[in-house]
Amino acid sequence: MAAVKVNELHREDLPWIIEYDESKCIQCGKCTAVCSFGAISPCVEMRKKSGNIAEKQNLEKVLVVKQNVGFENHCVGCGMCTAVCPNGAIKAVRNLDDRYAIRYRAEKGESLKRGGRSNLNTEGRTLDKIKIGRISQMTDPSLDAIRHTFEIKTPFGRVLSADKLGFDVDGNNIIQSRTLPPNRWIYPVIFGDMSIGAISSRMWEAIAIATAYLNEKVGLPIRMCTGEGGIPVSLLKSRYLKYMILQIASGHFGWNRIIETMPEMVEDPAGILIKIGQGAKPGDGGLLMANKVSEYVQEIRGVPKADLMSPPTHQGLYSIEESVQKMFLSMNAAFNFRVPVAIKVAASVTSVSVYNNLLRDPYNIVGGFFIDGFAGGTGAAHEISLNHTGHPITSKVRDCYLAAVHQGRQGEIPLFAGGGLGQTGSFAADAFKLICLGANGVFTGRHLLQIAGCCGNDTEKCNACSTGNCPAGIASQKACLTKRLDVDKVAENIVNYMIATDIELRKLMAPVGCSTLPVGRSDALITVDRHIAQRLDIQYSI
Amino acid sequence: MCRIGAIKSKKYLHPSIALKLMRSQQEGHDDSGFAFIMQDLGGIFEHHKDLPILSMAGTVEGTRKAEDILLNLGFKRVLQWTPNINHQKGLKIEPMPNYMFEVVQYPKSHKYATQEEKEELLIDTALKIRKALEEDNSGYIYAFWPDTLVLKEIGSPKDIGTYFSLWEENTELCSKVITAQCRQNTNYDIVRYAAHPFFLEGYTVLANGENTFYEKNRLYQQNLNRAYIGFESDSQCFLYTLHYLHKILKWPIQYYKHVITPLPIEKIEKRTDKDILLRIKASLSHLEINGPNTVLGVLPDYSMVCVCDSKKLRPVVIGRNDDMVVMTSEVAGINELLPDRDLSKDIYPTENETIVIKEDLTVERWQQ
Repeated sequence: MAAVKVNELHREDLPWIIEYDESKCIQCGKCTAVCSFGAISPCVEMRKKSGNIAEKQNLEKVLVVKQNVGFENHCVGCGMCTAVCPNGAIKAVRNLDDRYAIRYRAEKGESLKRGGRSNLNTEGRTLDKIKIGRISQMTDPSLDAIRHTFEIKTPFGRVLSADKLGFDVDGNNIIQSRTLPPNRWIYPVIFGDMSIGAISSRMWEAIAIATAYLNEKVGLPIRMCTGEGGIPVSLLKSRYLKYMILQIASGHFGWNRIIETMPEMVEDPAGILIKIGQGAKPGDGGLLMANKVSEYVQEIRGVPKADLMSPPTHQGLYSIEESVQKMFLSMNAAFNFRVPVAIKVAASVTSVSVYNNLLRDPYNIVGGFFIDGFAGGTGAAHEISLNHTGHPITSKVRDCYLAAVHQGRQGEIPLFAGGGLGQTGSFAADAFKLICLGANGVFTGRHLLQIAGCCGNDTEKCNACSTGNCPAGIASQKACLTKRLDVDKVAENIVNYMIATDIELRKLMAPVGCSTLPVGRSDALITVDRHIAQRLDIQYSI
Repeated sequence: MCRIGAIKSKKYLHPSIALKLMRSQQEGHDDSGFAFIMQDLGGIFEHHKDLPILSMAGTVEGTRKAEDILLNLGFKRVLQWTPNINHQKGLKIEPMPNYMFEVVQYPKSHKYATQEEKEELLIDTALKIRKALEEDNSGYIYAFWPDTLVLKEIGSPKDIGTYFSLWEENTELCSKVITAQCRQNTNYDIVRYAAHPFFLEGYTVLANGENTFYEKNRLYQQNLNRAYIGFESDSQCFLYTLHYLHKILKWPIQYYKHVITPLPIEKIEKRTDKDILLRIKASLSHLEINGPNTVLGVLPDYSMVCVCDSKKLRPVVIGRNDDMVVMTSEVAGINELLPDRDLSKDIYPTENETIVIKEDLTVERWQQ
């Protein structure tokens, strides 16, 4: 009887199995060259030629492509091999009997890590069960999405209630005598915080170029959040800084350079975002694996080559009041109270408590509340966090908005929602629905990567951002991989996508008769799900 | 569709003039109701201008309840007026059993009260009466305020006029400011409270249109002031915003339009007062209306206001002579009242205008 080592990793244990059709293969080698994971290799197999197999002369050597079996070099299903094969001779097929995760933990004694997004949230998505059902007819006619003038902008920064603006009246005019918290009108989509490190500098650059182009040429005042980890000094010194929201997270990576460059800045940044938590891995700090900490990343962050793990909390923040003080003293003061300072938290059962506290802060310091749902993406996280922690975004945005309504303070701290937007293909619809539920705007990160060519999805395809081997050159720092990314083309795609999104937002605003953002217009929404209707307080329709 | 009208005159006018104004616009409305507010009263009310008048309709029980509340609070009846009811057969009207218009003296406790304290008392009392009437559905309180008389009823305006003998002019019932509307608010339940004009603390508003941001307005207004209640009609929001801006915030009336239909940011950015307008736009974004509208209003000093929304508009025209200014939905209404006026002085307001008719009937036109 043949012996088999059942406790070893076998091909049949892997999440993806390579199907290879030798008869179509012309042995060009493209597939093995393109595979950034080393999951396939050229290999020689001994085959029976004819007659008696025991006779050595009846065997021949055949060159084939073989799937490698290993924890570090298994196939993630990215599909690059299929993409380059001229004959369709190879493809990765999902293995329904996959035992990889259990084998990994049993063999390594480590927590399994990956990038991407939560892979357990694609069925029954709440936003997909909501429709825009209040269509203006007759007395309040729909608008013309093509010909009508729309204003798709939202305030970013602390908004004071009218009675606290401190206006004086001089005859028929209002005059403003006191200094008010900084507030700017921006497009209600913010490019989400992905650091140079988590994504390649080329991908980051493409988003930055798209942001500048959208602002200066297209007229969409979109802002981009830098992510934690610093930004190029040349950008800090440029006039384009005004489109960038600088992020500070618990690791404070990159802030030495930002502070040192302040005297040479010619523009204020668009804002500061203090990242408290991230939806995809709530309660966990940032995680940048050492294999992505390239020399450039080391330089920009001011760190050695090592796994970079930001603490799960800001070490100096231990209460709402204290965090407000910290924002007040450091971030606001840093730019002389000219720049809105917002915070980003992971959506949580506790989000409303946090939001309430910030709303009641007597210093009026917090200029935006970013809530990140659990369907968001990440460069790297422990799989256990990705799959089992977090909170959906939809009900939490609604809860926060209604908590503000309860106090008569809706809109005072603009709400921004993110996490899995566009997951099922309708980014504009997701944004519109969240705005109707009470968000002032949305932020998106992973969706930009999808636009750029990320081959991962929510059903466990690829999700290898943590490895540094991103086959699309998006979440990698390896020059040979990042070269696959055409910076200009990606920037162009993002610009086009946002132009399309803008058109689609109009196509949703027009039928409900809105020429400005319908923040909190939950009366425009319906759902065929009774539980969603009840939970979100929108009309139940069948 | 609503048809609305507002008349301001140097001389006292009988409310039959409002019926005539609306009758000529009959093809534009659905003949489902008639409501009017008279302010700056003459006739039998002329000598009681400082005293509050209760305007209500109710069952016997309802009117008794209201009177009890007033008496318990220390108000004393000075004058009571009830319309002369004409019970003709075949009238299209759904009348209430009783209509009461009662002038009362303030309680002794308020003899030396400030104006503000008196106003607080009137609001508290009106809310108390409304709550009591709602408990057993025994009536409607339309106003409890000096120098103001309100009547709202369901039915054909012509027949409502006949029922209350409003077609017969007299000197007993007259005022210098009359606002009127000919339609029940058919978007929602037929409720008397839902009929324009709406009144609160000296502010009157009536609108022709639809408030697309009703939900936003309502949720924001419900916490702004204890008197912002009901919301039976999306147009009540226009009144509450006017009241909040002018009475509570004490902002000039020219800013009303900057709140309900703020300018696009692109236009604001080019202005010298951009900092203020951007703040207003952000702080009061939940009071924007974003729908087709013409809004007519009366302020506590009896000046009249007219604004339109900035994109879809609803019809309105202003005609005048030396003694009277009429603002209404159709020029046919003005032709009925002022056939010999100088037509070149007619005003067709634009989407950015705020038109104010001052006490002496001078017209101010403010561009947003």
